[in-house]
Amino acid sequence: MSWLTTVDHKRIGLMYLWSVLTAFLLGGLFALALRLELLTPKEDFMTAETYNKVFTLHGAVMVFLFIIPAIPAALGNFVLPLMLGAKDVAFPRLNLASYYVYMTGAIMALTAILTGGIDTGWTFYTPYSTTTGGAVTLMTFSVFVLGFSSIFTGINFVATVHKLRAPGMGWFDLPLFVWGTYATAIIQVLATPVLAITLLLLAFERMFQIGIFDAKLGGDPVLFQHFFWFYSHPAVYIMILPGMAIISEIIPTFSKKHIFGYRAIAFSSVAIALISFIVWGHHMFTSGQSQLAAVIFSFLTFLVAIPSGIKVFNWVATMYRGSIALDTPMLYAISFLLLFTIGGLTGIFLGALSVDIHLHDTYFIVAHFHYVMMGGTVIAFLAGVHYWWPKMFGRMYNETWARIGCLLVFIGFNVTFLNQFAMGAKGMPRRYYSYLDQFQGNHIGSTVGSWILALGLFIAAGVLMASLRKKYDAPDNPWGSKTMEWETQSPPITHNFPNNPVMLHGPYDYNEPVVRREA
Amino acid sequence: MSWFRDFFLPMQGTAHAAAVDNLFMFIVLLNIGFFLLIAGLIVVFVARYRRKSANDRTPNITHHLGLELTWSIIPLLLCLVVFFWGFKDYMTATVAPGDALEINLTGEKWIWTFEYPDGMRSLGELYVPAGKPVKLIMQSKDVLHSFFIPNFRIKMDVLPNRYTEQWFQSNIPGEYQVQCTEYCGKGHSGMNAKIVVMSQTQYEDYLQNGPPNLRTMPLAELGALLYESRGCSTCHSLNGVKGQGPTWKGSYGNMRKMTDGRDMMMDENYIRTSILQPQAMVVSGFEGIMPTYQGLLRDREILALIEFIKKQK
Repeated sequence: MSWLTTVDHKRIGLMYLWSVLTAFLLGGLFALALRLELLTPKEDFMTAETYNKVFTLHGAVMVFLFIIPAIPAALGNFVLPLMLGAKDVAFPRLNLASYYVYMTGAIMALTAILTGGIDTGWTFYTPYSTTTGGAVTLMTFSVFVLGFSSIFTGINFVATVHKLRAPGMGWFDLPLFVWGTYATAIIQVLATPVLAITLLLLAFERMFQIGIFDAKLGGDPVLFQHFFWFYSHPAVYIMILPGMAIISEIIPTFSKKHIFGYRAIAFSSVAIALISFIVWGHHMFTSGQSQLAAVIFSFLTFLVAIPSGIKVFNWVATMYRGSIALDTPMLYAISFLLLFTIGGLTGIFLGALSVDIHLHDTYFIVAHFHYVMMGGTVIAFLAGVHYWWPKMFGRMYNETWARIGCLLVFIGFNVTFLNQFAMGAKGMPRRYYSYLDQFQGNHIGSTVGSWILALGLFIAAGVLMASLRKKYDAPDNPWGSKTMEWETQSPPITHNFPNNPVMLHGPYDYNEPVVRREA
Repeated sequence: MSWFRDFFLPMQGTAHAAAVDNLFMFIVLLNIGFFLLIAGLIVVFVARYRRKSANDRTPNITHHLGLELTWSIIPLLLCLVVFFWGFKDYMTATVAPGDALEINLTGEKWIWTFEYPDGMRSLGELYVPAGKPVKLIMQSKDVLHSFFIPNFRIKMDVLPNRYTEQWFQSNIPGEYQVQCTEYCGKGHSGMNAKIVVMSQTQYEDYLQNGPPNLRTMPLAELGALLYESRGCSTCHSLNGVKGQGPTWKGSYGNMRKMTDGRDMMMDENYIRTSILQPQAMVVSGFEGIMPTYQGLLRDREILALIEFIKKQK
């Protein structure tokens, strides 16, 4: 019972962790069902209406219930105060409130699913979404509520980073995970209200027929797309920045070497956060927006590519002349580097106007954003879970099986989504329940890939769960990291550190002896 | 190199498609180059610098301005090249030549309808001449749709509140697949169409005699199709109810009084005249408001309508 009223950031983080993992399982089962249905071009076991509901739920559950809260609210909550040497976040009760708001939103979403479902796609494009049946209104309110949970977490992290750093810890002594989470928090606070307003307008449109988005009532459906992507493009960075932040911790630790280009990585996080607000129109090159707007958005899109590229080079350079250990977190981090590189590079096709016109709304897009969101964020999340698992639960997991899980995830992921690049470039549109026979080969490949991927994920889950049956056996600092969360015991005591820790060396100073002075 | 392109992309139906493909393949090479660079470095570093003991010492390298500028500026320049290249082809694909053949397109759940300048319409099939620019002026009757022709590498959303346009010019006769790429509900994946590019002579023959598949359609069936698609149904009922014009039910073969006092037999000649010169003989009790269909219906289509009216007993 003490868990329900706890204001301990570690417990809230763990409650978030179990919640988002449940959402991940649910969204993943939807994905497996979709892939199974797409094994053949005809109807196999779902009708077209069911298929449309299932792909909507896959997207909505994965985006709003899993990826957005996954790293900041689950791992970030647990780790961020520890990294700063703080006892808790700045507003512990707001933190607990954010969890309850999240659960309220999740229950509303579940109710919407059970009472009619939604078939609008996770993007809720008007006027389809204002005219179709089902529980769309309830679902939009659910996302509205979930947004507030995200805003609360964001506010909390901004205040925590500003005010609760350990004595001696300046801005450039922060671990890069903190920089990444901080940049994310800024986007959460600034962008999420726009989504909230947009969805409120959508719900009003459905309930009172006001005439904002529905052409029949005098509204403009393209306006909805502008509003929606003004949030949802920055939201892409809400998802990926924390993933990048985890990678920035794991690579130095397992290379036993100072991160290369600390300031470049830190500033590129902030640059990405800012530029992400002015590229939303690249989702709308075929929407009927003006050509001038399309050209400007294309140009800005190429600018946002550069900071991400810088980070990849910095991570690779960190490994140069390091002492590289291939434990499971590092294997996931290397998977991330390879998959995120493919995700980023294929973005160049989509930023180029003439090429995007061909690829827009095909499986090429689906493959691209899965490489970034799953190959990037989810793989980084798994890397982080394996990395901080000993700290969070005080147990080591079976290294061999965890590596096998990682390998299967990597192979399965590529088989699933490389096939989707191939058929997308050939002209296979997304959100199709049936398709032309010429695409069946790729669809079969993609479905088989999804099974390998699922097997890998189940092995990873099994390995982690199995470790929980053991007694505490994790050392304080199993990976030899230099950041502060490893200086307390595993799992940490209630108030994190026995004494107030003082920062005497940087988070990546692998050449200096660890000095810790009690304040 | 064309096998390499065909590995990634569908057949090219237009010159624009070839231009898009050149940029696409340039980016493919960029992708492969950068991926091999990064993956190669990772493999080499992991192989060379594997941990030998827990006490390994590593050099304290924190940054290198020259390197960091290099890997910021080179990708930036390459990105600018790609931007301008994509921008150039986008503009040519966006601005239609002034002499383009204009065709109106309507999307609705879940069919595409095309209307030619001469008023002729077709469902799900667009016939166009090779070597001539064609401009589509598009609108939707319900939700958003998107008109995608993979072989032409073009796509544009179709909106309910505004006209959107796209154009193409194909020099290669053949059939090209069209698919809807904006999610529109249950029938989304079945919302297909076909573009048939034909030689100029075939196209003129098509304009004269209609689509090949309608040429063999029985007259009465074709008449029923035209009754709906050419607007006859707005004024002429089939169930005896008086509309803006006389009902077609039981009209054929009867004598009717005209507004000028004459009696006319409702026969083939009367019907033909009324279609082409509607004001010539107006049935008593109606106003002469029907527009002429001179030039909008082919001979066989007039026969088809007559045959259809005969059937309405």
